[in-house]
Formats: sequence, structure tokens, C-alpha cells
Amino acid sequence: MAGKFDLNDDSVVVIVGSGAGGGTLGTELALKGINTVILEAGGRYEMEDFVNDEWDSFTQLAWTDMRTTSGSWRVAKDFANLPAWIVKAVGGSTVHWAGASLRFQEHEFKTKTVYGDVKGANLLDWPLTLAELEPYYAKAESRMGVTRTNGIAGLPGSNNYKVFEAGAKKLGYTEVHTGRMAINSAPRDGRGSCQQIGFCFQGCKSGAKWSTLIAEIPKGEDTGKLEVRSNSHVVKIEHDAKGKVTGVVYADKAGNLQKQKARVVAVAGNSIETPRLLLNSASSLFPDGLANSSGQVGRNYMRHMTASVYGIFDRPVHMYRGTTMAGVISDEAKHNPARGFVGGYEFETLSLGLPFMAAFLNPGAWGRSFTSAIDAYENTAGMWIVGEDMPQESNRVTLHATEKDKLGMPVANVHFDDHPNDIAMRNHAWKQGQAVYDAIGATRTMPTPPYPSTHNLGTSRMSEKPKDGVVNKFGQTHDIPNLFISDGSQFTTGAAENPTLTIVTLALRQADTIADMMAKKTI
Amino acid sequence: MTDSRFGDGVSRRSFVKAASAAALVLTAKAVINPIEAWGMETKGLAPETVQALIQAARDIYPHDRVPDRFYAVAIKDYDVKAATDPKIKTLIEGGIAELNSAAKQAHGTDYVGVGWEEERVALLRKIEGTPFFKTLRGGLVTGLYNQKEVWPLFGYEGESASKGGYIKRGFDDITWI
Repeated sequence: MAGKFDLNDDSVVVIVGSGAGGGTLGTELALKGINTVILEAGGRYEMEDFVNDEWDSFTQLAWTDMRTTSGSWRVAKDFANLPAWIVKAVGGSTVHWAGASLRFQEHEFKTKTVYGDVKGANLLDWPLTLAELEPYYAKAESRMGVTRTNGIAGLPGSNNYKVFEAGAKKLGYTEVHTGRMAINSAPRDGRGSCQQIGFCFQGCKSGAKWSTLIAEIPKGEDTGKLEVRSNSHVVKIEHDAKGKVTGVVYADKAGNLQKQKARVVAVAGNSIETPRLLLNSASSLFPDGLANSSGQVGRNYMRHMTASVYGIFDRPVHMYRGTTMAGVISDEAKHNPARGFVGGYEFETLSLGLPFMAAFLNPGAWGRSFTSAIDAYENTAGMWIVGEDMPQESNRVTLHATEKDKLGMPVANVHFDDHPNDIAMRNHAWKQGQAVYDAIGATRTMPTPPYPSTHNLGTSRMSEKPKDGVVNKFGQTHDIPNLFISDGSQFTTGAAENPTLTIVTLALRQADTIADMMAKKTI
Repeated sequence: MTDSRFGDGVSRRSFVKAASAAALVLTAKAVINPIEAWGMETKGLAPETVQALIQAARDIYPHDRVPDRFYAVAIKDYDVKAATDPKIKTLIEGGIAELNSAAKQAHGTDYVGVGWEEERVALLRKIEGTPFFKTLRGGLVTGLYNQKEVWPLFGYEGESASKGGYIKRGFDDITWI
């Protein structure tokens, strides 16, 4: 039921989702004095509720509502109903993220120009430049307390990092450090410093890691201008005869449908739910779904070129002790087509606990090849690989023809095929990642396939021209002036870097835009 | 799984086979491991089936340092479910019957009687596309590896927040690098 703001209050901004995009936007608007309601599909769990247990935490936090998959990606075979590993809770996937906060590179905003025509790829330049975003990147880094920015010291190197760094240096890599992390290396902003607990993916129990749950939303709520309504799952966006959005319909905790009126609606449900909601909101005026005159809603789904490498050594590593992501190698992040592909990738250390190693090391594998690797868990070091994948029109979130959720709404199907560029990049990255561990005497290295997607991007892309995409450079939909997209769905292309910092940056910029437009009464 | 000790009422005549690391003893309603000192009362499946499941679980995910009791816990759920769900009972009993028949054909004995792991694995490879195998293997991923008691055998320490994390407990204690 309604809390602080009345369901019929049509002066509020309604935001769907409370993660990096929605949680930041809602807080920033409230700080500007704008009445805002965030509707979050999941429940609210605080620091003390989080559990240091991979499967129990997955049950507590993960988005496990029915989804389907298709396409040639391996996730569709191994995890047919779990295309993405993201969070359904207040704070969204900032509860789960590892904290890596790297800015995009200049060329990554103009891939069509720099990479040229790549067959089968739907490349497009962003209607934005790095220079335009720089002030907002700086604001986001300060707000999130990103290490190695604003005079904040880097985190200390863990065992997993030390192995990774030694291998990288032996191999000749030079851009190696403990990362730019939104994890406090010293107390800051009312939050303590990292206790090297591990379990960053399971919700930080010390509060050292930035999330909208603990570092943004409470500040917004303190203004009295922000209401976060949890267990409120938006099923439809409504509009008037002129095509302006007027509010949303959501199911409350009891499953009863409620209508919240709004002056502005911003959608930040992550890149699967956001297009699903736009498509499920089809009407006689917008028969193909809201903001979809381009036909691009749901298309160009990107998930980053990802993979992992695990290395086994003859002596203990204890990779699970300390932050999940403890360092980065950026030497391969540049665009260097001599390697046989466009774009670049980052190496970032990663550790999984024993239960998730068993589930993700090589899904479906059994027998001694598999179990001998698990037997060596204690002596294992791990890294994740994240690189730019090619946007393809056919990689797409669509509504399932027959499957419906418990509210009767069609579920999302996620179709994905690797582009040949993605495959070439992954093969290069596996080889280099294995070389990092081999360089310091690994007795065995393992090229591990992608996990269910944590970086979901591009399904409501930003474009200069309305025919090429869904939103303009401010995340405002081309078709409907008072409807915004505020999450990674906006990304025109994916870049090599983890997306959260850029999502927060865009949300801070969008908050200025929305406030300005509201003041000028253009929305 | 009950913690009952190997008692007087058990007839060794009913079964003694030395195919697995620890020979299990079967009664009409239980599977007993006298060496590890545990017994498991069967509810929905025949004791012979439970015994074969434990062996198959070990052959799918062989860890020589992990005692049978962890494999028994990992497959126990199928026995419990089989007591109330005829579909599960048919799936599991049928799957093991198929394995036994393939073993008899190839080796003249039932599955647990096949002496070498690689020979049993060859029998499993032939059925790895079946719903029985997929159910068994898929369930083991959590059934075996998500047992907190098994983690120390792999050197995994589990929960750490209540101990103050690893900042003073070895997050950077590597010495060989």
C-alpha cells in the first residue's frame, strides 16, 4: 500500500528499480528537493541480514523469477532459466557487485567511427563524448569513494592479487594494481574500511562497499523527499491520449495491483526487465511497446565478453580470503586490431567459494578431470575477464509467447549468440590469462566459460537519431518526453569496463536534466 | 541420515561387497557403513538402490579424501522424495536398474560389483544424456559441495564476517610468491 506519497499524487517522479541507476537518480532528485517514489520489486535487506553463504545468499537476493533463454551461448544450455545473475532487492545489483569502478575510454564512445564497419555488429557512436561525461565521472567517483581517485589509497593486495600481479609482471604487463574500487580503504562518508571478509557478491556485511542500499538511498530518505516502496513490482506503464506517461501499475507485497500516478517515470530495472516492462506496456497508441518507434527496444542486448581463468599451484593461495575482486590488469583494454579483434578487455581477480566453484568452473562437467581441480581449491588463484562485446540486433530480449509470471505478465526471453569478434577476443584473453599464471609456475590452468550475465546492457540504447535507438543523450526516450531510462539499458555500446560507475555517472547527469526540465516545465 | 552404529541385528549375509572404498552393509531397510560408523534408514528406495547411488555419486564426483557419509547425505534427498513421489522413485530405481543391467552385460555383475572406477565411469558415460543421470549429477552439485562439513576437506573456510573477516587472519599471508 501507499506509504508517504499518495497513489494519486501526480507531481512525483516515479522510478522503477533501486539499483545503480534508479537508486542514485532517486537519491539525487530528493537531494534537489524533488518528491520521488522508487518502486522496487524486491524486498529490503540490510547489512546485518546478508549471509556469508553463497547459495543461501543467492536464495535471499537473486532475481530468480522465471526467464527463458535461446541462442548458441552456453548459458542457455547450462542455466536455461537463469540468463542473468542479478539482484531482486533494494539496492539492486549494487548489493551484489564487486566494486570495480573504471571510466570508459574515449574511443569507446565512438566505436562506429573508430572500429569501422564490423560485419554483423550494430555499432553506433554514443551521442556523448568522454569530455562531456568527465565532470559527472568525477562526481560519481567522489560520491562512491573510488580508490585511486580523490586521493583515496588503493586497497591492500590479497593473496589472490599477489599471484595475479606477479604473473602479470613476469609476462610484461605494466598496468597492474589493486583496482579502482568503490570499497573504502579507510573510513569515509560514514562507512568503515574493508575488513577483507570476502563475500562481496553476497552483500557487504561491513558497509565498506558502496551500494545504493547503504550509501545513497538513506541520504535520499533523510530529506523526506524520497520514498522507497519495496516488494512493489511494476507491471505496466500507463499513458494518456496524447502519449505522455501518467503513472505505473504495480503489484504490492500481497499481489494486489496498485496505481501510482506520476509526472515523470524513469525505468531502471536492469537490461532484461526494462525492455520487458516497455514491451509489456504496449497499448493501442503504442502497439509495439512504449518508446519503441525505432523497433530497438530489447535489441542489441550485450553482456560483455566474459570468461574466467583459474590457475592451480603447488602451494596454497586461499583466493577466497579478502575482497572478491582484488586487482586489475588493463594492458589489454586498448583497441589494438592487430590482435585480431576490435575493442579490448580487462583482467580482474575473482574468487568463488567452494560451492560456486563447483557450480561454475565447468558447468555439467564430471569425473576426475573436474574433481581433481576442485581438490586443489586451496591452491587455486582466479581471475575474471571482461571485454567489449559487439551489439547485435538479433541479440534480444523479447516477450515469451506463452510463459507468464505469477502476475500473468509474459516473461522475458533472452536470446544471445556470440559475435565472431567476441569469440576471437575470448580466445585471446583465455590464452593471455593462462599465460599470466603459467609465468609463475602454475601446474594447471583452466579456461572457464562465462557465468550467467552480471553486466546486462544495451536493450534501450542511446542514439542521436530517433530511428537508431530508444533514448537521447540524457536517457530521455525519443518518443515520450516524460519517460526516461536510467540503467545500463541506455548503453549504446558496452565498452571494456565494468558498467556500474558509468551507470551512476549517467544517473547523476540525468538528475540534473530532469530537475532542469521540471523547473522549466518542459516535462 | 541417522547416526546409528552398526548393530547386532544386521546380517552380513545380505551383502558384503568390496567394490567401493568402504564396503557398505545392507539390511532390509538400511544402508550401513561400519567403518565410518553411520547408518542410513531407507525410506523410499531399496537399500541396494541407495548403495548404488552412493557409488554412482562418488564415481561422478570422485574425491578420495571425502568419506562415503558425505555422498550418502548428498543422495539422501532422492530416497526421502521417493517415499512420497512415485515419479522420483521410478526415475531413480529405473536408472539404477539400467546401470545394473549394463554392468551385468559388460562385466557379469551389478554396478557396485564392477571393480575399477574407470569401468563404472564408462557405464555412466553411456547414460549421461538420460534424465536419471542429469537429475543425479545436477543435484550433487549442491548436494555434495554445499555441505558445510565437507568444506574444510577442500580448505575452504566459509563464513568470515563473524570472525572479523580476514584482515588480520591471512588475507595476504602468501609467502611463496
